[in-house]
Amino acid sequence: MLTGLSVSWGIFILIVLLGAGNGLSNGVRSNFNSRATNSVQLWSGRSSMPYHGLMANRTLDFSDRQVKDIDEQLREPEKKSGIIDKQSTVTYGTEYGNYSLRGVDPTYKDIFNLKFDPDGGRFINKNDLKDHSKVVVIDKKIKEVLFKKEPALGKYVKIGSVMFRIIGINSKKEQYGNPTCYIPFTTAQLIYNPNQKFGSIAMTVNGLDSKAENDSFNKKLIGVMSRSLYFDPKDEQAIYIRNAQRDYLQTMKIFRGITLFVFIIGIFTLIAGIVGVSNIMLVSVKERTREIGIRKAIGAPPGSILRSIIIESILITGIFGYLGMVLGIGLTELVNYIMVQTAAHSTSENDMTIFMNPTVSLTYVFISTFILIISGIIAGYMPARRAVRIKPIEAMREE
Amino acid sequence: MITLRDVNKTYYTEATSLHVLKGIDLHIEQGDYVSIMGASGSGKSTLLNILGILDNYDTGDYYLNNKLIKDLSETQAAAYRNEMIGFVFQSFNLINFKNAMENVALPLYYKNISRKKRNAIALEYLDRMGLKDWAYHLPNEMSGGQKQRVAIARAIISQPKILLADEPTGALDSQTTEEVMQLLGELNQTGITTIIVTHEKAVADETRKVIHIKDGLIQNIQHN
Repeated sequence: MLTGLSVSWGIFILIVLLGAGNGLSNGVRSNFNSRATNSVQLWSGRSSMPYHGLMANRTLDFSDRQVKDIDEQLREPEKKSGIIDKQSTVTYGTEYGNYSLRGVDPTYKDIFNLKFDPDGGRFINKNDLKDHSKVVVIDKKIKEVLFKKEPALGKYVKIGSVMFRIIGINSKKEQYGNPTCYIPFTTAQLIYNPNQKFGSIAMTVNGLDSKAENDSFNKKLIGVMSRSLYFDPKDEQAIYIRNAQRDYLQTMKIFRGITLFVFIIGIFTLIAGIVGVSNIMLVSVKERTREIGIRKAIGAPPGSILRSIIIESILITGIFGYLGMVLGIGLTELVNYIMVQTAAHSTSENDMTIFMNPTVSLTYVFISTFILIISGIIAGYMPARRAVRIKPIEAMREE
Repeated sequence: MITLRDVNKTYYTEATSLHVLKGIDLHIEQGDYVSIMGASGSGKSTLLNILGILDNYDTGDYYLNNKLIKDLSETQAAAYRNEMIGFVFQSFNLINFKNAMENVALPLYYKNISRKKRNAIALEYLDRMGLKDWAYHLPNEMSGGQKQRVAIARAIISQPKILLADEPTGALDSQTTEEVMQLLGELNQTGITTIIVTHEKAVADETRKVIHIKDGLIQNIQHN
């Protein structure tokens, strides 16, 4: 009975650990959703090495030329947006707050996965850019602070000392950082950026499926920037690149590793169970030596003995295994249920999710069933062979 | 029916070997009623094991129903035992977690007869043994004589050609011994070849032929 429970325990551990692994993986994956997984963002810094007669410690800034250079010299980038970052006071009536202000291209929405509810208006478009329109898209949190329950679309807010018309509300929760107002890139250049310099460029890239490809893309990007901004390509302080896809691929690799590790632990626990079941089957065969001898004497073929022992073993591992599986799935579903309930009541918007939906898919159930049947066969095989070797003369032996 | 020609059997242990049967020649006709007598260690049990295809022999030939029984696969041996031989044992050898009817029906299970059909046949045979009311009792609820009659029913349910009985009365008192012997006699009357290993003279006397074995050889065959 206890040995049978070790099979339950093995499957239970397997399911719960796989569920936990999935939960971790789902959670971290959801963090990546804050930007497109194929996004690359670069920030300009300060040169730390002299280069071609230029001295070190120059402040480097992007201008339209760098965006153009990327466009002309690299073929992987698809959508690109220069980013002008400022801080500004945003005022509506008597309400005001200090928020970050970003001048961006229409493509920014897709690079950073901004979300618009059906009644949330729209993002900046090409016409806004062309006309240097004074329009703004605000984060939902700003809307809640400045407008409370009032509708905000079409209203005017004062950013710094200039009036902007609100055209959209971004409802994606930002996990960290200050709530942001987005205005057309050209408008920002005109009003807030007389020197036309900016600190960051973001883009999406296509066709980079491995870490190696991403690494080589990063290198090419540094090369292009180094020629464009005149800094040593080995200078690590000149620009900083965040390649989400590279991070994503690497993280997923870690999670594949975790899943494998969990699988190995579960399998080994299961093996302990198999050995246990095999042992009780052996004892049972030994106890039934005479009965098996009698059966053979009256005409039981070896195949029938083999079959009956293995079927018995599959039944034992199957029943206990399913018990473990049901308990394991029950636990993961319970944890998931509790987490969904708590998340629904949580008001904080800055939650960093690292654990999400810790359940296992139906595929794992089928795999487990398959593993259980195989385990049963393995556990029963040795005892069954032993039973087959019992001689029918055992029946003649007097006790 | 049964023909043995110069059958030898040696048991080997790590250090020693024991030549148990030293050339047995024997012929038993269909319908014969034979007993085998001998001291313990004489080889009579080994002879019975070989006759019952429970054990193999080293040299010689054994023909059962004109079939050479030699170097059979286990599956084949099991099939021959099931088809041609019925066993009755000293300690009954009933399976104690199965009731009388299931015990009797067991050989038919290995003939792939459906449960319903084999249980019906088993009840019929139990009725012939006068044990119909005991069909659903477990062996340990029955007396020795009843158990042996269940065992006999099991031995004959697959209508074997020969019935091999190893000390069938060894665990019974004289009253039940007589009943069991009478039953075996009646079965022999129906044409089934019956071979009984015994060391009770009263039992051997009821058979038509007594084979005396000593030190692995047939000493003489006594006709009653």
